[in-house]
Amino acid sequence: MPKNIIKVENLNLWFKNKKILKDMSMEIAEHEITSIIGPSGCGKSTFIRTLNRMNDLIPTCRITGNIFYENKNIFSPGIDVTNLRRRVGQVFQKPNPFPKSIFENVAFGPRLYGEKNKNKLNSLVKKYLERVGLWEEVKENLNRNALSLSGGQQQRLCIARVLAAEPKVMLMDEPCSALDPISTAKIEDLMQKIKNDVTIVIVTHNMQQAARVSQFTGFFLMGELIEYGKTNDIFTKPRCKKTEDYITGRFG
Amino acid sequence: MRYKMRKMNWQKTRENLIKIFFEFSGIISIAVLAGIFIFLAFTGMQAFKEISFAQFFLEKEWNPTSYGNPQWGILAMLAGTAYISLGALIIAVPVGIATAIYLAEIASPFMRETLKPIIEMIAAIPSVVLGLFGLIFLAPIVSALFNINSGLNALSTSILVAIMTLPTIVSISEDIIREVPREYKEAAFAMGATRWEVIKKVVIPVSSSGIFASVMLGLGRAIGETMLVLMVAGNARAFPGSFLDPVRPLTANIAIEIKEVVSGDLHYQALFATGLILFAITFVINLASDIIIHKQLKKLKP
Ligand SMILES: Nc1ncnc2c1ncn2[C@@H]1O[C@H](COP(=O)(O)OP(=O)(O)OP(=O)(O)O)[C@@H](O)[C@H]1O
Ligand SMILES: [Mg+2]
Repeated sequence: MPKNIIKVENLNLWFKNKKILKDMSMEIAEHEITSIIGPSGCGKSTFIRTLNRMNDLIPTCRITGNIFYENKNIFSPGIDVTNLRRRVGQVFQKPNPFPKSIFENVAFGPRLYGEKNKNKLNSLVKKYLERVGLWEEVKENLNRNALSLSGGQQQRLCIARVLAAEPKVMLMDEPCSALDPISTAKIEDLMQKIKNDVTIVIVTHNMQQAARVSQFTGFFLMGELIEYGKTNDIFTKPRCKKTEDYITGRFG
Repeated sequence: MRYKMRKMNWQKTRENLIKIFFEFSGIISIAVLAGIFIFLAFTGMQAFKEISFAQFFLEKEWNPTSYGNPQWGILAMLAGTAYISLGALIIAVPVGIATAIYLAEIASPFMRETLKPIIEMIAAIPSVVLGLFGLIFLAPIVSALFNINSGLNALSTSILVAIMTLPTIVSISEDIIREVPREYKEAAFAMGATRWEVIKKVVIPVSSSGIFASVMLGLGRAIGETMLVLMVAGNARAFPGSFLDPVRPLTANIAIEIKEVVSGDLHYQALFATGLILFAITFVINLASDIIIHKQLKKLKP
């Protein structure tokens, strides 16, 4: 087993009185891609939003259990949440670039962390647009409004924006569900290219995608982690009947 | 069958009638607006048969009743209007925008539901009441603070007009700020931005043109305000040198002098010309802000 970057221990989560996540424990391997699958409403998004404490923004949310990021408990009082989020970035389901220029989108993180040097910003923007394969497509005019890009380009821009913050982990919540197959393929390629730098946790409804891109897979059902292991094993010899039913499309 | 046909016909007629009613109301408002404009323009423009534009806009002396040598310059009164409305904005813009941001982004739902109606209620205070408050309360304080004879001046008026423009600025800015999609804010939070950074780097830039338009609408209100300024501004005709001088804005001048003029004479026409200018300024400001707000809302709702 490779080194773990995130360790979840007995995680329970409620919205108001409704229990959404039930006693979850799992470890996420560094420099690998982990996918989370499961039927709609089973808590996948909620789960990954706990990893960067985005659920803090929801006042009715209550959590017990522990999550360790690089061996530090992210719920301990000494943790700086903004710092955690900088380390654990997130790409959303619907591409959400800011209604600003392409340049400003990528430069958002570096600027936020205090980078003011224009040359440095220029080279960072170029570096990360190249990393996501967008540079050739947009280099003519970086001042174009990001909203004028196609959906697939917008999502790659959002990935560049996250990467420019130089996170250690990138959470991706159904990043391709709004995209066409070609854009999806581009993003999957991209994930393989960057996984040596960033650990990726991806939520997906697309079983083939999980099988294609990830080394580990967790199957969620009604707030429980039913099965977790090597992607290959989950898809070829699932231990659990429910997992088998789900991946063969018998329900979900 | 026949009954059904009849019923359908009736329904159709009814829909048509409703449609006609609304179209008619729309046409009436446009007609009223155009009517007022034509009325103002017709009478007002006659003044310029005898008064040159240069004289009217560039000279400081306004003294229509001076025997033998009447003067028709509105510059001092334009300055009065400018002092009061800009002074009001200097106060109302920071307070109003900060309040709007607080209500939209920081306040708990309970605080928002309580505070917003209260602020909007300021708009319901008759301006004559605020004027009384100014006369009895604010002016003495201002005169004591600055050690001047009278507190009836541009400063006191600006403060009160600022209060009158606050509901417009707060209410419209808050609406616009609340339209900023959650996705943008989430993206910034997920990058490690603090709440304040999200406000500064995402919320304000994204809603800036709408906020600007709310300020313009506030400006329109400030320029048109009459009763309050009549009571508190001091109404001196001299060109104001500072905020501590009494001023006579265009609106107050019309209200004061229209009672003394003979219908149809040059003084009467000149006052209408002043009204025409006020109408034009506020019309343009309102139209421009409306266009900006609509554009902004469209941008925020893709
Ligand atoms: N802010 C919230 N307040 C209350 N309940 C919520 C909130 N967000 C999500 N839920 C509930 O939590 C449960 C899990 O939602 P979640 O979005 O995590 O599911 P998901 O597995 O990501 O589903 P999908 O595949 O449809 O995206 C759902 O029952 C949902 O209704
Ligand atoms: Mg989800």
